[in-house]
Amino acid sequence: MHIPDGFINVPVSAAAVAVSGVAIGVALKKSRGSMEQEVAPMAGLTAVFIFAVQMLNFPVAAGTSGHLLGGALAAILVGPWVALLSMTVVLALQAFIFADGGLSAIGLNILNMGVITVVAGWLVFSLVSKLLGKNKRGIVVASAIAAFISVPLSALGFVMEYAVGGSGIIDISKVLGAMISVHLLIGIGEAVITALTVGAVLSTRADLVAGAKGLREKSNLHIKNVELK
Amino acid sequence: MKKYTVAILLISGVLAGGVSYFASSHPDGLNKVAIDLGFAEQEKESATSGSALAGYQIAGIDNELISGALAGISGIAATGLVGTGLYLYVRKPKSGA
Repeated sequence: MHIPDGFINVPVSAAAVAVSGVAIGVALKKSRGSMEQEVAPMAGLTAVFIFAVQMLNFPVAAGTSGHLLGGALAAILVGPWVALLSMTVVLALQAFIFADGGLSAIGLNILNMGVITVVAGWLVFSLVSKLLGKNKRGIVVASAIAAFISVPLSALGFVMEYAVGGSGIIDISKVLGAMISVHLLIGIGEAVITALTVGAVLSTRADLVAGAKGLREKSNLHIKNVELK
Repeated sequence: MKKYTVAILLISGVLAGGVSYFASSHPDGLNKVAIDLGFAEQEKESATSGSALAGYQIAGIDNELISGALAGISGIAATGLVGTGLYLYVRKPKSGA
């Protein structure tokens, strides 16, 4: 969903830089020195893993592909503030080194694929995991639902930006319908990848999943027991 | 954590450097919508499209498999480098424990 240069006009692109900039500023403040020594490498590793999986476009419909956005996954793994920084690292490198997403659209892309997915992913995850209980299955199911919802919401971000700052030659209701329908399909892929990843980390090192805080003590005990043996 | 770090880096390297070759090359959701609705031609070339790694291929290497693999690995290295900076920034200072 990387927006190239030319789709959205300069004022809306600049406004998105301002909004994303404020969000990143808050995230920088909130996350400085916020992760325990033992889990802090996850901040960088989350960025590395999401960069890799974003390269894996999967087919969703005739002639269309989609890829992981990763904001919900990042939020569940490292918490929302650090997640926004991890996503910003990925999106900035993609724009500056790989020409994936326009430079003038960097604010839009961070807003849609970083801020919106992280915030929506974290809120939905927190709500659903509370409802389902802090057990492994509940956390994995909550991860899938959060990831699924984050994708059409991210697409909605683009539609609103296009409505205000697009060329205006296309009926916005058509853009809305087309964007949401295809991104509901891509959301299924997002849900599968996110649930598999969170499930894998939970099974091996549950203490590395920020969204599984309630599970933490149990898993630490488990790991210590294994080490003693 | 060292083993886990190495494992995630290896998995990411294999995905970006190997599995990515088999990724779908069809336009993604947004690009497809832009083509279908007719605003795709408004796309302007990125200012970084001349970059050595633009489009996840290495400029000058024609073999798509090798070019894409090296670009993917370079991306992992770059993300890992900046990610290390992020790690140092978010980690709790030792004395503050």
